[in-house]
Amino acid sequence: MSKVEFSKAELERYSRHLIIPDFNIEGQRKLKEAKVLIVGTGGLGAPLLLYLTAAGVGHIGILDFDVVDDSNLQRQVLFTVDDVGKSKAEVAGERLKALNPHVNFTVHNTQLTSENALDIIKDYDLVADGTDNFPTRYLVNDACVILNKTNVYASIYRFEGQVSVFNYTDSEGNTGPNYRDLFPTPPPPGLVPSCAEGGVIGVLPGIIGSLQANEVLKVISGIGDPLSGRLFLFDALSFETRTVKLRKEADRPAITELIDYQVFCGFGAEEEDGYQVKEISVEELQKLQAEGKDFQLIDVRETYEYEIANLEAELIPLGEIERAVNKISSDKQVIVHCRSGKRSADAIQLLEKKYGFTNLYNLEGGILAWAEKVDDAMAKY
Amino acid sequence: MMQFKILLFGITKDIFGGRTHTVQLPPKATVSILKDALSKSHPEVDGLSSLMIAVNNTYAQDGTILSETDEIALIPPVSGG
Repeated sequence: MSKVEFSKAELERYSRHLIIPDFNIEGQRKLKEAKVLIVGTGGLGAPLLLYLTAAGVGHIGILDFDVVDDSNLQRQVLFTVDDVGKSKAEVAGERLKALNPHVNFTVHNTQLTSENALDIIKDYDLVADGTDNFPTRYLVNDACVILNKTNVYASIYRFEGQVSVFNYTDSEGNTGPNYRDLFPTPPPPGLVPSCAEGGVIGVLPGIIGSLQANEVLKVISGIGDPLSGRLFLFDALSFETRTVKLRKEADRPAITELIDYQVFCGFGAEEEDGYQVKEISVEELQKLQAEGKDFQLIDVRETYEYEIANLEAELIPLGEIERAVNKISSDKQVIVHCRSGKRSADAIQLLEKKYGFTNLYNLEGGILAWAEKVDDAMAKY
Repeated sequence: MMQFKILLFGITKDIFGGRTHTVQLPPKATVSILKDALSKSHPEVDGLSSLMIAVNNTYAQDGTILSETDEIALIPPVSGG
């Protein structure tokens, strides 16, 4: 194979890499030869893509199916106000080309699925996982194990981050642990909130995604000790860090094929135990109000959510509902709502099963539906 | 009984309502006994199905025996990106 060459412009651009003794032009050559796939162009994807592009990784795949949303801009620093509504992968591709014209990009404006994952990933040397949901995390992990690719992993939640290098094969041919050695099976849906449900402090993906980018550069260039067999944890609130030693689970079943990850993670089963609550639409609620009907409206969100947007309902957070049962009418229609309709359904189920209520209605789609269909001025969050 | 202090991460902070949690366990308790005790007092822990327990910054197996001076951490999966 002929040696990768650099133009004058590239030599000048990468000069601060080339003069590091441990990195030098050999490290830069390995970067230029490498093909890296970034799955997810969100909070982690932004620093990953920016730094790997700036650093001169030769070929970068950008994968995302989503469009830019207003609520992304608090942390996804790759995007601007003008990008809202546009394809994340395509906007990212354009922006990054302007950052470094020496890098080749492949834009995958698509969702990674069990059907396309192996076909997409096989063309890359390494994958960096910046996705935002469990099904895709298990999919990326399993596909990397099957194809024998290193999976540089990071994940965030509120003020905390996790980083590791999975399925890394060292120079002696020993392959380190993967995601399933830590977490063999996913948590049930709804128990571990995503950023959209649980929130995330904006700077956190900048910190964690930069550490992830650093591991990508190390693995490609072969310098230092990759974070294989170790899980790094960061707590931005307490500024505590810790690195936990991992091990390969000896009796874990081998990963030989991709499965249906939605089913694996418990999605698609809809109402978890088949329990149905009575529902009312936002339009019906609006009509009841307009007609001056007598009913009780209860909001089961938290106090800090009420400040963002509310329907002037009585606020009884889900966690306090059992202590406030006597505040809930049993002799007229009671409409319960939350942000999306999930927590209010949980509240109704509890109140019906444990306290025998029969007059409770769940506001379908909650605040989000109200903001979408009834009140334009209300903030969706 | 012996007292064990557990460091909490991610959603387990919400489940236990704080950054640490203290449990009483018999001497020579294992990680498996610890998990059972936590699931009993907080059933959501059982629901997590995959919950990594690190003892002295090392992934601990169910049979690992705990001592009072161990630093025990409860590390749940996190999905955000």
